Amino acid sequence: MNGVTRTALWLGLGFLYAPILVLVAYSFNASALVTVWGGFSARWYTALFSDAPLIAAAWVSLRVAVLASLIATILGTLAALAMERHGRFRGRTLFTGLVYGPMVMPEVMIGLSLLLTFIGIGLDRGVATIVISHATFCTGFVAVVVSARLRGLDRSLEEAAADLGAGPLRVLGTVTLPLLAPAIVAGALLAFTLSLDDLVIASFVSGPGATTLPMRLYSQVRLGVNPEINAASTLLVGLVSVAVLAASILTAKRGG
Amino acid sequence: MAAPSLRIRGLVKRFGTHVAVDGVDLDLAPGEFFCLLGPSGCGKSTLLRMIAGFESPSDGVIEVGGADITALPPHRRPVNMMFQSYALFPHMSVAANIAYGLKGRPDVKDRVADLLRLVRLDGFGERRPETLSGGQRQRVALARALAREPGLLLLDEPLGALDRGLREETQGELRGLQRRLGTSFVVVTHDPEEAMMLGDRIGVMERGRLVQVARPVDLYRRPASRYVAGLLGDVNLIPGRLGPAGPDDTREIVTAHGALTAQAGDAIFAEGAEVVVAVRPESLILGQGSLTATVEDETFLGDRIRRVLRLPDGTLLRASGPPGASPERGTTTQVGFAPADAVILQA
Repeated sequence: MNGVTRTALWLGLGFLYAPILVLVAYSFNASALVTVWGGFSARWYTALFSDAPLIAAAWVSLRVAVLASLIATILGTLAALAMERHGRFRGRTLFTGLVYGPMVMPEVMIGLSLLLTFIGIGLDRGVATIVISHATFCTGFVAVVVSARLRGLDRSLEEAAADLGAGPLRVLGTVTLPLLAPAIVAGALLAFTLSLDDLVIASFVSGPGATTLPMRLYSQVRLGVNPEINAASTLLVGLVSVAVLAASILTAKRGG
Repeated sequence: MAAPSLRIRGLVKRFGTHVAVDGVDLDLAPGEFFCLLGPSGCGKSTLLRMIAGFESPSDGVIEVGGADITALPPHRRPVNMMFQSYALFPHMSVAANIAYGLKGRPDVKDRVADLLRLVRLDGFGERRPETLSGGQRQRVALARALAREPGLLLLDEPLGALDRGLREETQGELRGLQRRLGTSFVVVTHDPEEAMMLGDRIGVMERGRLVQVARPVDLYRRPASRYVAGLLGDVNLIPGRLGPAGPDDTREIVTAHGALTAQAGDAIFAEGAEVVVAVRPESLILGQGSLTATVEDETFLGDRIRRVLRLPDGTLLRASGPPGASPERGTTTQVGFAPADAVILQA
């Protein structure tokens, strides 16, 4: 690597991560003033854990993320199996488009359309509607990750299992799913992080008593940034980074 | 003869407008070792996959042991297949791979141990497939395919992924195993030498059609077409027109080099039809015969000498015979062949 590329690399990484590093650094600031460094302290983390509304919001986010990623993983895996293993059924291209659609649609549109739907069918807004909404837009991401792995899977492995007397369900349970497991887990982690840090869609479809962590943080910031927010964000960034890292390691891993 | 263990009638497979298998009829006796030979894309693998149940025929019937299996899904068919890639389950041990088809049967453990012994892999049961060599994986795949004691085993290029030395050794083993078990084998291969070494009979496929089914020796000596003749080894083709019938089922062929006599064979052509006379290099007799040729080149190969002969009009013939001094390069010699060693084929 020559000097120019190296400089460009560091500039690029700096552009991406410097703001996050600033946020992390200030979360350990002893001073109550966000922009003035007053020495190292973990006091905002202590304050954080005694901030009941924030903890409640974190719990809502976690519950939503677990449920939504679970639903999205099941639906996304089924969608991937349908796209890659069900031959050329009628409307396959349309189906693929519909599964991937929510990934590229503006979040505001998804949020608004889901809100209208929930009002239309008379569903009370709360944790359930956020879970449904997150599962909707995360399914496409799971389907992408799982179908990529499925495409790379040697078809003759499933054929060999069928040849040895295994019916379709046994083939799925003993050969296809175990070999897809890394991709399924990676997809689940991806869905988990996407749900965890979604603000726009949740804002549309949430109701009273169902405030997610990003919503809580955003509303507090509007009243004025305090270092406690930095601490909360740092924890969120840490959790998301771990999940994304685990997902990329699982996706990169080859074989069983 | 007992009922055929495999009977195929009018089998057709179309992919869109492409006809991959075009009206194949085939009968296999129980315990037969059959080779499907042809270049890639000739439809031999598609034919095998239809027998296994992975492709559904566009038309035709497949029967095994007298029962129609055409509509059965793969897991209900009394046949097993060994895949070209071996398709060993990477997330299972060698023993679990072999035991996969034995679900619900008693004494699975003993059976797996027997199979491991059969393919000389005792003590390898707990290993993962990726820790094995190519030859060992091939034997695991074979053991797994034999686990359910199929009456008919399908093998797709079973030796294709092995290197040359191992290939020859494994050919012999496969042959011995098949004789011992009495199972019918259908092997798909693109290697004529392998087909001749393995098969009781060989079926040659060309563009979706089974063009000739015969014992290796008949296929070599009495090919039905120029394609089959060329596939199984070197052959000299001398063009001419069909003349009148001679004695002992022979025909005369009028060529640019005078009249030649060859076995009439099964093919019926009208007198005057354009034909070729096919003669193997080792069937050419030097020193006598009606053709006059110049020895253009000779190559000493130890057990035999290969000579390139030039006829007066420039046609080149290849002759192969035991090492001997004459005729030497540059000399002129007479060349002939016994009518029984020559076949008349469509031009």
